[in-house]
Amino acid sequence: MIVKSLDPRIERAALDDESKIGELNVHEHFETYEVFQQVKRGTHHQHVGNVHAPNAEMAMLFAKEQYCRRGAAVNLWVVATSNVFVTEYVDADIFETTEDKLYRDPNSYKVMDRINAFKARTSKV
Amino acid sequence: MEFTEKHVEGLKELLYKMADDLLIIGHRNSEWTGLGPMLEEDIAFSSMAQDKVGQSLALFELLHELGESDPDTVAFTRNDNQFHCSQLVELPIGEYDFSMVRHFFFDHAEAIRFEMLADSVFEPLSMVARKFKGEIKYHTMHADIFMKKLAAGGEESFSRMQNSINETFGLALGMFEPGNFEAKLIEAGIFGGEAELQQRWLDKVVPLLESFGYVVPKVENTEAAFGGRHGVHTPHLQPLLDEMTEVFSIDPGADW
Repeated sequence: MIVKSLDPRIERAALDDESKIGELNVHEHFETYEVFQQVKRGTHHQHVGNVHAPNAEMAMLFAKEQYCRRGAAVNLWVVATSNVFVTEYVDADIFETTEDKLYRDPNSYKVMDRINAFKARTSKV
Repeated sequence: MEFTEKHVEGLKELLYKMADDLLIIGHRNSEWTGLGPMLEEDIAFSSMAQDKVGQSLALFELLHELGESDPDTVAFTRNDNQFHCSQLVELPIGEYDFSMVRHFFFDHAEAIRFEMLADSVFEPLSMVARKFKGEIKYHTMHADIFMKKLAAGGEESFSRMQNSINETFGLALGMFEPGNFEAKLIEAGIFGGEAELQQRWLDKVVPLLESFGYVVPKVENTEAAFGGRHGVHTPHLQPLLDEMTEVFSIDPGADW
């Protein structure tokens, strides 16, 4: 028995009639799609989350409303989560590096991002 | 061309029916909030319902500028016979097939109406029409993708959708009930008129539905549900208004 609601819409839905509520099993859920949002043309698409959907087209529909309602997007990618190849955390040591090879660290790229962001900010003024 | 009194009257009639349609369908569709078929769709459908109410506000504001009462008063203090919405939008949400078909029919009509109004000589209205172009494009995209997907969703899904199309078509034609000033609006370049809108709507929705595999009823065999534009409504509108204005009515002068 579900608690009676003060909301007339919920009342109309007659949710307290348990016979009307179907059961959803694990494999009856739609698959998930990962959502990547591009804030500005020419910039990287960035992962913002995921949605359930029956196909990519509907994933795009849902992604737009879940993640881009407040504007701030010019493009979306949706990718079925099952298509993403993932490394195992037990293999995380492959990313480790020894401290005596700092000269190989591409720090300048990170700095360039900040320089470009600064340029973009100041050129607007 | 100078606007005469008749032009302004016709313009107000046009704005009222558009604003009322949007307010009522926005309210109706928001009744799905919390009950949608899945979380993502619940959010998308609710968000579009909110958009509709926002669009109606923009039109009520235009009416206010033309000398009508302020938007809250106009939206919350009229009875059903003072509303100019089509009967299509006031019907209860029913099941999702009906709500989806209504959303499809209504939003394509709205999209084309706004497209026509983008060229209106009444500039405040053409500005509003252009402002919502992107929003409405998403709404029709949403409707199209759902109509297509549900047509291919198996026998139950298809027959539910097809039945809803059959039952809703005449109601949808009711959206194009002529107003009292059609010729005036057309002559002044304010709006191209309901007859043109209906034709453009048919040219859009019929091939689209057929491409999804549905059969669309013939206009000549369908009775259009007229009346709404002139204050004649189904018994479903007044209870909606009572519910919508319940809080407002407690203290109409309250500062929000």
